[in-house]
Amino acid sequence: MWLPVAIFLAVCIAIILVRLFLGPTPPDRLVGLDTLNTLVIVSMVILGASFNEVIYIDVAIVYALLSFVTTLFIAKYIEKGGF
Amino acid sequence: MILNIIIYIFIAIGCFFNMMAALGLHRFPDVYTRLHAGTKCTTFGSIFLILAVVIQSISAWVAEGLSSPQSILTLHALIALVAILLTNPTSAHAIGRAAHRSGIKPARAVVDDLEKEKP
Repeated sequence: MWLPVAIFLAVCIAIILVRLFLGPTPPDRLVGLDTLNTLVIVSMVILGASFNEVIYIDVAIVYALLSFVTTLFIAKYIEKGGF
Repeated sequence: MILNIIIYIFIAIGCFFNMMAALGLHRFPDVYTRLHAGTKCTTFGSIFLILAVVIQSISAWVAEGLSSPQSILTLHALIALVAILLTNPTSAHAIGRAAHRSGIKPARAVVDDLEKEKP
């Protein structure tokens, strides 16, 4: 029931990766990275429900908080134009 | 039976909006409209996909009794949902502000009212 959903989300992630490589400006790539992070979190929760493993969902929570810090840090880097 | 139908409807809504986010990143012309597609659609789709997981695990929890391991899965999925709901709009706002302050104009923009504001 859940595994086709995870495969579908993997296809979405592959489509977003094209934008991540093509993006003309750095904020375009950052938008792609942020979208990709959210889809990775959701697919980790889906895989945790699929294999009935709680540890996948714990990894998803930690990934959500760490990717939030990463996005804020890269946004600050783009805003200042350097460190 | 009726729970299965609700879960399938939630999965369909979530998959549709996540696919729209992936396609919108390619269809829109500049950073701000891509931000609109990529952040709002994934937040909305993620809510429905995680709620489908929560409904399924709650029904298994009720079926297996009070002290089943499904309770941990339910609560942790809800915590993951709260983490997404808190962090996703905040990071979208940070990206938009950084893009504007680094000097990127919206495509086909005529008037920029934020131009007068000093960073």
